[in-house]
Amino acid sequence: MNWIPIGQLSDIPSRGARCVNTPAGRIAVFRTADDRVFAIDDHCPHKGGPLSQGIVHGAAVTCPLHNWVISLETGKALGADEGAVRTIPVKVEDGRLFIALDAVSNKAA
Amino acid sequence: MLEKLVIVGNGMAPGRMLEHLIEKAPSRYQVTIFNAEPRVNYDRIMLSPVLSGEKDYEEIIIHGDGWYIKNGITLYKGHKIVAIDRAARAVTSNHGVVAHYDKLVIATGSSPLILPVPGNTLAGVLTYRDLDDVQAMMLAAQSRAKAVVIGGGLLGLEAAAGLNERGMDVTVLHLMPTLMERQLDPAAGYLLQRELEKRGIKIITRANTKAIIGERRVEGVELADGRVIPATLVVMAAGIRPNAALAKDAGIDINRGILVSEGMRTSDPDIYAIGECAEVGGHVYGLVAPLYEMARVAASHLAGDNAPRFAHSDTPTKLKVTGIDVFSVGDFADNDDGERQEIVLRDASAGVYKRLVLKDNRIIGTVLYGETGDGAWFNDLKKKAVDITEMRDTLIFGQAYQGGSPLDPMAAVAALPDDAEICGCNGVCKGKIIGAIEEKGLTSLDDVRAHTKASASCGSCTGLVEQVMKLALGDTYNPVAVQPMCSCTSLGHDDVRRLIKAKGLKTIPAVMQELEWKTSCGCAKCRQALNYYLVCDWPGEYADDYQSRFINERVHANIQKDGTYSVVPRMWGGVTSAKELRAIADVVDKFQIPTVKVTGGQRIDMLGIRKQDLPAVWADLGKAGFVSGHAYAKGLRTVKTCVGSEWCRFGTQDSTGLGIRIEKFMWGSWTPAKVKMAVSGCPRNCAEATCKDVGVICVDSGFEIHFGGAAGLDIKGTEVLGLARSEDEALEVIVALTQMYREQGRYLERIYKWAKRIGVAEIRRQVLEDVERRRTYFDRFVASQRYAQVDPWSERACGKDAHEFRPMATVGLAVAAE
Repeated sequence: MNWIPIGQLSDIPSRGARCVNTPAGRIAVFRTADDRVFAIDDHCPHKGGPLSQGIVHGAAVTCPLHNWVISLETGKALGADEGAVRTIPVKVEDGRLFIALDAVSNKAA
Repeated sequence: MLEKLVIVGNGMAPGRMLEHLIEKAPSRYQVTIFNAEPRVNYDRIMLSPVLSGEKDYEEIIIHGDGWYIKNGITLYKGHKIVAIDRAARAVTSNHGVVAHYDKLVIATGSSPLILPVPGNTLAGVLTYRDLDDVQAMMLAAQSRAKAVVIGGGLLGLEAAAGLNERGMDVTVLHLMPTLMERQLDPAAGYLLQRELEKRGIKIITRANTKAIIGERRVEGVELADGRVIPATLVVMAAGIRPNAALAKDAGIDINRGILVSEGMRTSDPDIYAIGECAEVGGHVYGLVAPLYEMARVAASHLAGDNAPRFAHSDTPTKLKVTGIDVFSVGDFADNDDGERQEIVLRDASAGVYKRLVLKDNRIIGTVLYGETGDGAWFNDLKKKAVDITEMRDTLIFGQAYQGGSPLDPMAAVAALPDDAEICGCNGVCKGKIIGAIEEKGLTSLDDVRAHTKASASCGSCTGLVEQVMKLALGDTYNPVAVQPMCSCTSLGHDDVRRLIKAKGLKTIPAVMQELEWKTSCGCAKCRQALNYYLVCDWPGEYADDYQSRFINERVHANIQKDGTYSVVPRMWGGVTSAKELRAIADVVDKFQIPTVKVTGGQRIDMLGIRKQDLPAVWADLGKAGFVSGHAYAKGLRTVKTCVGSEWCRFGTQDSTGLGIRIEKFMWGSWTPAKVKMAVSGCPRNCAEATCKDVGVICVDSGFEIHFGGAAGLDIKGTEVLGLARSEDEALEVIVALTQMYREQGRYLERIYKWAKRIGVAEIRRQVLEDVERRRTYFDRFVASQRYAQVDPWSERACGKDAHEFRPMATVGLAVAAE
């Protein structure tokens, strides 16, 4: 896998998210209360809301537009809603963050 | 091809008929409904709770618009059918729509009787029949003036209680010697009268209305004995008459109502009639249970099953006035044939009266006042004509006393047979409810209502249904449980607020730990609520947790559907200047802002701003003196004003100045839900202050302070808090009111809902009458403003929270550009 550096863990507030612009579209990188990191498309499967701006709780985020709750681990909508977003491989090494876009198709076309 | 079914009228009977028909023959008919009222099917029985303010219109809708669409039904709202052409098999509406039918159902209901007395058409004379009447009464009630209700029957007393609840001075005129004489015996009628009088309703019996007096509007009611009762509102509730004119004009047989067979067919075999307009077996009906039975029979016949027949049965009467329990059924006229016996129990101090009328050792009539829990049981014994000889000595004490069993309401419900009727309106028996709970795994009252309809109409059997649920579900069902804040806790908002103060909890993790949250870091619901409670309760000590705020409050702008933001700068009291407008124009040009719009709150909204531009937009606006308008906040939004005494020839005070003063004093404060205010310079109320969370109407003698209005999902006029003599006093009262709301409101609960929960009188006592207390609320607000009044825009223009507005990284975009 081709790991691309995107910044430091400390760049993201705990229970928050930051965006990374990539050729595969805008990706939201989340940091949970227990410092786990997840990356998913910044695009709610419901109406395209920016998930990076939602409230992070546990390993899930609530979309700011219509309150869908998306699992950060699977990218799937939780509860009664159905839909999913892509998850993107992400890793933390010595406080540095990397994502891998190999497996992700090019969405910018 | 589908047969065409046309229905005239969209009340509860045809609504129920369609539900049965869709179940039995889902694809047999193409259905068209004409409703003279401009709305969907709602629960007319619940109009009284709407009038008294216990429910909203939305809560009493039976079939929303979606239901008609889902079932492929065409509903013409506001179309009154004016003619039936039986030869052409077509109906015509007052707007000229013609619809052909194979089968026609007439469900035109009934009309209130209008007394044939002089003045009966004056403005201010209303009837009590539909939602329009209720809304007109609610509007009239705002004047807090005098009302007269003519008619002391079921409907009249519910109207009187509702108007009294809304603050009117109500007098009931009743022709007969005792109230509700058709449903109650004189003793129960007397107890009812005493209870209503205790609540401040005046009752005049043997009152014969001679005329309604007034020039252009109602001014009073004159009685035959010469007495004049002053009133600005007169409600006629003296009875109803079936609407049979449409059928009569079409040559269909009528008597008092439209004559139908036991299969609900009229004299024309293709035309049915159901509901209050129909007359069957010499009876016309006004209570919902027999009307629903008609609906069931008609639906069967329309579906091709001609077996069901309508049979007369006595329907129990219940009065829907909160806190008054009345039940009656059957024949309870005073005996004169020597064959009847009665058992009577009175408990004067408890206000209880029970009377059973017996014939041949069987119950034939029941009247209960004050304690009606055994009504269903007595009715069951009556229906089944059970010989009560064995239990005669203890019969009147109710079911719990039979067979020596202890006095336990659960035991009483457990002892009911499976076919005992629980919900009279919908004819639902105990066995059906238990069956549905077991088969479908129902656990909540709403589920049971949805699946069985039990307690879904008038709701007076809700307690009984809950007992049946408890019986079926055991301890897992607790009907009095408070609604938890969210699924992360079993505590309700009020408990959480109380414990935050009592235990001195000052961080979100502390609250979650001490109050045993079930999740590690909450959810989007509870985190926002907890953050507000802590901000409110520990000003200066609690560090606001931005990650627990909704995005709008985190970045101080309003997110739009495409992920861009809108920005609304504060315009104090809605007043602006050339310099400010020029600055806005420059910002719009510089950042190519696509839409500029004037808001309802007298300010300017710039829409479609990219997130990364927000700090620069704010920096430019800040240079012109603008601060955030908090158009995104659960906090003080706008204070709308009119031009007041400075310009207006009618203005009594400087409303603009007061509005600006309030806004400058209170901006930046966080509240449980948004707070919108307005100040009008005179009672013409150009600033529309009487539908705001807090409003001021200036008058010559001072400032009338209003609160608890709404003009969004709900529409509600304000309550009057009281009169302040000076601007200083007005400000102090408004601030104290807001602080009381801040300390007690549940997150997302608007002022009007909070006020409904706490009670207007209690709020008035605390922030108007008790001057000491008002001062302490005021001081606490002032203390908290020291930390709240910081302009969030200038902070962010200076670099605070920069991470919110910038992407963390941009990778490989060169590739993307290709």
